[in-house]
Amino acid sequence: MPPVTTAPKWNIKTGFNGDFIFKGITVLFAFSILVILALMIYEMVGESLPAMRKFGRHFIGGMEWDAVQGTFGALPYLYGSVVSSVLALALATPLSVGSAVFITEIAPKKFGAVVAALVELLAAIPSVIYGLWGILVMAPWLQKTVQPFLIEHFGFLPFFKGAPYGVSMLAAVFILMIMVVPIITSITKEVLLAVPQSQKEAAIALGATRWEMIRMAVLPYGRSGILGAVILGLGRAIGETMAVTMVIGNAPQISLSLLSPAYTMPSVIANEFAETTSKLHSAALMEIGLILLVVTLVINALARLLIWSVTRRQRGGGH
Amino acid sequence: MRSVTLRKANNLLMTALMVAATLSVLVPLAFIFVHIIKMGLSSISLDFFTQIPKPTGETGGGMANGIVGSAVMIAMASLLGLPIGIFGAIYLAEYGGSRISSVIRFAADVLSGIPSIITGMVAYTLLVVPMKGFSALAGSVALAMIMIPIVLRTTEEQLKMVPGSLREASLALGVPLWRTSLKVTLRSAMTGVMTGILLAIARVAGETAPLLFTALGNQFWSRKLTEPMAAMPLQIFSFAISPYEDWHRLAWAGALVLVTVMFSLSLAARYFGRSRQKG
Amino acid sequence: MYTKVKLENLNVHFGSNHAVRDVSIDFPENSVTAIIGPSGCGKSTVLRSINRMHDLAPAARVTGKILLDDSDIYDKGVDPVSIRRRVGMVFQKPNPFPAMSIYDNVIAGYKLNGRVNRAEADEIVESSLKRVALWDEVKDRLKSNAMELSGGQQQRLCIARTIAVKPEVILMDEPASALDPLSTLKIEELIEELKEKYTIIIVTHNMQQAARVSDITAFFYLGELIECGETRKIFTTPDQKQTEDYITGRFG
Repeated sequence: MPPVTTAPKWNIKTGFNGDFIFKGITVLFAFSILVILALMIYEMVGESLPAMRKFGRHFIGGMEWDAVQGTFGALPYLYGSVVSSVLALALATPLSVGSAVFITEIAPKKFGAVVAALVELLAAIPSVIYGLWGILVMAPWLQKTVQPFLIEHFGFLPFFKGAPYGVSMLAAVFILMIMVVPIITSITKEVLLAVPQSQKEAAIALGATRWEMIRMAVLPYGRSGILGAVILGLGRAIGETMAVTMVIGNAPQISLSLLSPAYTMPSVIANEFAETTSKLHSAALMEIGLILLVVTLVINALARLLIWSVTRRQRGGGH
Repeated sequence: MRSVTLRKANNLLMTALMVAATLSVLVPLAFIFVHIIKMGLSSISLDFFTQIPKPTGETGGGMANGIVGSAVMIAMASLLGLPIGIFGAIYLAEYGGSRISSVIRFAADVLSGIPSIITGMVAYTLLVVPMKGFSALAGSVALAMIMIPIVLRTTEEQLKMVPGSLREASLALGVPLWRTSLKVTLRSAMTGVMTGILLAIARVAGETAPLLFTALGNQFWSRKLTEPMAAMPLQIFSFAISPYEDWHRLAWAGALVLVTVMFSLSLAARYFGRSRQKG
Repeated sequence: MYTKVKLENLNVHFGSNHAVRDVSIDFPENSVTAIIGPSGCGKSTVLRSINRMHDLAPAARVTGKILLDDSDIYDKGVDPVSIRRRVGMVFQKPNPFPAMSIYDNVIAGYKLNGRVNRAEADEIVESSLKRVALWDEVKDRLKSNAMELSGGQQQRLCIARTIAVKPEVILMDEPASALDPLSTLKIEELIEELKEKYTIIIVTHNMQQAARVSDITAFFYLGELIECGETRKIFTTPDQKQTEDYITGRFG
C-alpha cells in the first residue's frame, strides 16, 4: 500500500479546489448580513404601506387608536416614548457622568475597576427581569410611598396630578433611567480614560483642585464623546420594550401628569401585535415599528458619529 | 480668584456629589439582586425544574417547559447563526476587499442596534405568516438574527489578531488557503471566538420581545418545532403581569435561574478570555 | 550544472510601484545562491515570486516566467499549492505554530492537509529533526510546546518543518537575521549540509554571510539584477562598479 504521507507529486491541476468552494461559502454568509438588513427594511416598509396609504401624515398626529373603528393614530405612543426616554436620560446623565468621573478620577484604581464591573452587571440584566422587579417591587413602592408624597406636596403642579396607580409614566422613567445608566457610564468612562495625561497635568500644575481639573481639562475634552454616549442611551431607551411595557400602565393617553399611565411605541406593539383584528390594525402596528426603526437608526448613527469623532481626534494625535 | 478655602470646599462638595451619583446607581442594583435572590430562592424547588405551569388557581407547578424551550431555541439559533457569523467573519478577515468589507461591517453594526422587537416583527412576517402559525422555528430565526451581528464582529476582531506570520508559514508549507483559514487562523483565535459566542448566547438567552410573536409561548410541552414553544423569558413575563401570587413566585424563581445561567455564561466567557492571555 | 529554477524577464508591480524590473537569472541545482543588495532593492519580492506568495497580495502583479524544471510555475492551470510543496520557505522571524508541540510542528505540512499515518509521521519527524541537528536536543520532549525552544532552535524547527514535506527548493528570507551569532553559525552550517539534497536560494543583507555560505551570488539594486556570478568572483573582482561599491561598503 502506498504510504499515506508522502508529498503529493507535481500536478498541473485546474482550480477545482477547496479554496473556491470555501471562499464561496464565506462570501455567501457574509453577504447574508446585507440580505438580512435589506429584508428587514423591505418588510417593515411593505407591511406598513396599507396604513401609510390610508392615514398618511395624520398617522403621526392622530390621537385615536381604535381597532374596532379602524382609526389609528400614533401620537400617544410617540408622546409616551419620547417623554419617558427624554426624562429618563435627563435623570440618568448626571448620575452616569458622575459615576464615570468617580470611577476614573476619584476612586483608587482597583476600587474603580470593581465599581465599573458592578455597573456592567446592571447592563447584563435582561429587560424582562427589570420589568419583573419593576411591576412587583418598584411600582407598588411608588404607589404606596413616593406618589402619595408627590401628590401631597407637589400636587398643585400639573405634573403630579391624579391618583397613585404605581404603574405610570413615572415608573417607566425610573426603570428606564436604571437601565440606561450602565451604557452611558461605560462609554463615558472610556472617553474620560482617553483624555491625555498631559491635559490633566497642565491643570494640576496651575494649582487646580481635583474637581477644577476635571471641570477644566477632562470634561470639555470628552464633551462630544459624552454627548454621543447620552444619545446612544437615548436610542436604547426608546427601543426598550419589556420593562417599560410592564410598568407604564399601557393606557394610550397624553397627559402632563407623570402619575398617569402612558404607552410607548414598543409597548403597544408588544401588547397588540400577536392578536391583531384586521390587516389595517397590523399595518398600523407595523408602521409604528417602522417609525421606531427609523428613529433608532438615526439616533444610533448620530451617536456613533459623535463617538467616532472623539476617538479619531485622540488617535490623530491628541494635543 | 476665589479663595482657596472656597475652592477646596467646592472640590469636596463635588466629590461628595460624584460619590452620591455612584451610590444611587449601585443601590438599585443591590436592591434588584437582593430581591431576585431572596424571592427566587424561596420559590425554587425540584418541581420548578420538572413540572410545567399548573392551571390558574392551582398551586405548584414549574417552568420545565420554558427551560427546555429556551435551550432548544437557543441551540437552533446557534445552529443557524454561528456558521453565518463565523464564516462571514472569515470572509471579512481573509478575503474581503476593503470597501465591501466596510459595508458589511456597517450593516452588522446597524443590525445590532435595532430594537429586538422589530426583529420579532420581521421574523413574524417572514415565517409566522407563510407558515400560518407561531413556531419555535420562527423564534429561533428571530434569535439567530440577533446573534449574527454580535458573533460576526467579535470573531472578525479575534481573527485579525492572529499574526500574519502564522498564515504565511502554513501557506508556505503548501497548505491551501481554506485549510489555513480554518486549521491555523481560526484555530489560533478559537478561545477568543468562544468568548464571543458565549457572550452572544448569554445575550439571547434573556431576550423576550423577539419571541412574543414568533414562538408565542406554550402552556404545555411542544411536540414539534413548528408549534409554539415556551421560553423562560416569555414565562417570566406572563407570570409577572398576571394577578396570581403563585405565578409571581414562579416568575422570581425563573428570574433567579435565568440570571444565574447568564452570569455563568459570562464568567465562562471571561475565563476563556483570560486563559487565552496566558497561552 | 543543471538549472533547477530559472527566472525569465520577471517583473513585479505593486500597484504603480515597479518593484522588480526585468530580472532573468538561473539557479543551479544543489547549490546555494545568495541574493544580496541594499534594503528595498526587491530581494524579498523576487524570492516570494518563486513560491507564488504574491498570489495572496491583491495589489501585486507578476509578469514573466519562472521555470521550475523547465515548466513555468505561473502557467495557467498551475495550482500554487502544489508549487509550494516543491518550493519551501523559511522566514526571517522564526514562526512555529504556537499552539502546537514540536512534533506537530514538524509534521504540520501533512497534518494540516489531512490525516497522518502515525508510524510514518514518527519517522519523518525523526529524520527531519536529525537533518537540522535538533533531534538530540528535543527527542525527549517532542510533545512539549514549540514556543519553549530558544530562537535558534525555533528556526531550526521551522527548517525541519519545511524539509519534512520533501521539497526540492528551499527559499530562505534572511533566516538568521533575528538570531544570535552562535545560532547564526549553526544555521549557516546547516545550509552547507542541506545543499546536498536541496537547491537553496537565500536572501541576506549580511554580505559576510553571503560570502561564507553561497556558491553563487546575485546583486540587486533598485529592483534590477546588476550582477550574478560565482561568489568568489563577486566578492573579489566584480564586473560592475555598483557591485564593487556595495561590496566595499560605499553604500547600502
